[in-house]
Amino acid sequence: MNWLLDLTPDEWNAVRLSIKVATVAMIASLPPGILLALLLARGRFWGKTLLNGLVHLPLILPPVVTGYLLLLTFGRRGPAGAFLAEHFGIVFSFRWTGAALACGVMGFPLMVRAIRLSIEAVDRRIEAAAGTLGANPLWVFATITLPLILPGLIAGAILSFAKAMGEFGATITFVSNIPNETQTLPSAIYTFTQVPGGDEGALRLTLISIVISMVALIASEVLARRVGRRMDIE
Amino acid sequence: MTLSVDIRHRFGDFAVEARFESAGRLTALFGPSGSGKSTLINLIAGLIRPDKGRIAVGGLVLVDTEARIFVPTHKRRIGMVFQDARLFPHMSVAGNLRYGRWFTPASERYAKMDAVVDLLGIGHLLDRRPAKLSGGEKQRVAIGRALLASPKLLLMDEPLAALDEARKAEILPYIERLRDETKIPIVYVSHSIAEVARLASDVVVLSQGKVAASGPTEAIMQRLDLLPAEERGEGGAVLDTKVMRHDEAFGMTVLGSPAGEIRVPKLGAAAGASVRIRIRARDVMIATERPAGLSALNILAGTITAVRPGIGPTVEIAIDCNGAIVLARITEQSKHTLRLALGQQVFAVIKTVSFDRATTGAGLAVEADG
Repeated sequence: MNWLLDLTPDEWNAVRLSIKVATVAMIASLPPGILLALLLARGRFWGKTLLNGLVHLPLILPPVVTGYLLLLTFGRRGPAGAFLAEHFGIVFSFRWTGAALACGVMGFPLMVRAIRLSIEAVDRRIEAAAGTLGANPLWVFATITLPLILPGLIAGAILSFAKAMGEFGATITFVSNIPNETQTLPSAIYTFTQVPGGDEGALRLTLISIVISMVALIASEVLARRVGRRMDIE
Repeated sequence: MTLSVDIRHRFGDFAVEARFESAGRLTALFGPSGSGKSTLINLIAGLIRPDKGRIAVGGLVLVDTEARIFVPTHKRRIGMVFQDARLFPHMSVAGNLRYGRWFTPASERYAKMDAVVDLLGIGHLLDRRPAKLSGGEKQRVAIGRALLASPKLLLMDEPLAALDEARKAEILPYIERLRDETKIPIVYVSHSIAEVARLASDVVVLSQGKVAASGPTEAIMQRLDLLPAEERGEGGAVLDTKVMRHDEAFGMTVLGSPAGEIRVPKLGAAAGASVRIRIRARDVMIATERPAGLSALNILAGTITAVRPGIGPTVEIAIDCNGAIVLARITEQSKHTLRLALGQQVFAVIKTVSFDRATTGAGLAVEADG
């Protein structure tokens, strides 16, 4: 047991960084994820199919391609990257924030899909009833829609987190594999497998990543069940 | 408060073209399914935007397509009770009830939680979840929820249609109390004559998207030709009466009306209470002289004021019994044999047992028709 927890500082950093990156990716994806899910579930506009395809693109493209596209757009010389760096001081390239961006983008289709399904399951007649009681559309969303889609939100968030924990291709392409900055668990494991005698470290990190994933999954199950019980939908 | 509607709306190949005004305590929108009642009520609530027209409540314009006015639903302060209660599943009963309060300006909140909970008898349900309520309880909570938003007008869209007879009987008295004890005007959508005759002060009859007639309930209920075919047997006179006394020995209640005393199976209502009864036209017999040796207990003297052809070989005869109009449906042959004519003195004969819960409303102490 001891050898499992007896991690080198670099290994610890990889674990911590992975959790940080996945958490930030999940939280930052939620607002745009909800917005897009709403648009796709309820909006009627030109180009909806196109938007839907665009959202799902990271799911279909090879991760390396997604990572490279991110590099082109959000890299130091990319249009979005240069703009953000200049006006807001936000830099993605070769930073942990870039890893979070890559992970968020890769998990985005999964999150939007889960939230969209739960929005489509909401009975709009209940929302209409809230309207007759004086709630404007924003209040209806906050007090009726949002609580009703909570299980879908949790599912979407966990999927995004899990995807971020395992993301490798896009991250390493976009922000490389820098210990202490962009070296997440998968990158660290990959590095171990590339050097002689790295088997033990790779195994340790593999086990840790299994534990983290299981804990996240179980936590989401418990949470979803508790929310479900509280709601007791007819 | 006057509700005035003048609207034209079309979707698909169905068109609603309705124009009416009503200042009644409870205005019923009455007609068979597909007649446009629900469309109309959704237009008043603002859940549908009309193609053309104007809707105003008490002088306040809610929609005027010409003046480009459309007040959105949440700003109308119109309460709505739906056929399928539509309670919020993620809130307790108390949470559902309180919901509308948030959005009502403090100065306009007239509905008091305790009073509404009392009125509807839902005090024991406050901590429960909607999923744990029976159909009747859900509907009462839905009514309470709408009331507690302190609406200026209350719309009820077939609130009893999804319930069985026992549940309907459970809720009807609450709607009567609502009509009599609060000042909110109510618009009530229904396809049931029993509900309309019992609850409504005014009726708007709809047929294929158009207003076929509108006016006070007593007048409309006499127009059997306005009723949908399957409900025509239920049509007849509506009388507002008072409980004079109970005849304990024979299990009857004696009601006082301008037409004279009317004996019905014993009612639950106390002496002095107002009871609205409906006398089905098919339950009324006509005699040209005061009958003797007859088992029927109610014999009302009156004058024939109208003779109208009915469906098939029947005629409808209106008899003015000292101001109260009683309607009788008899065969063409009887009319011929008795030589009934306008202005003739006749007697309307009604069996006591022809009254049942559907026609006496207030709830029979003993079920007469078993």
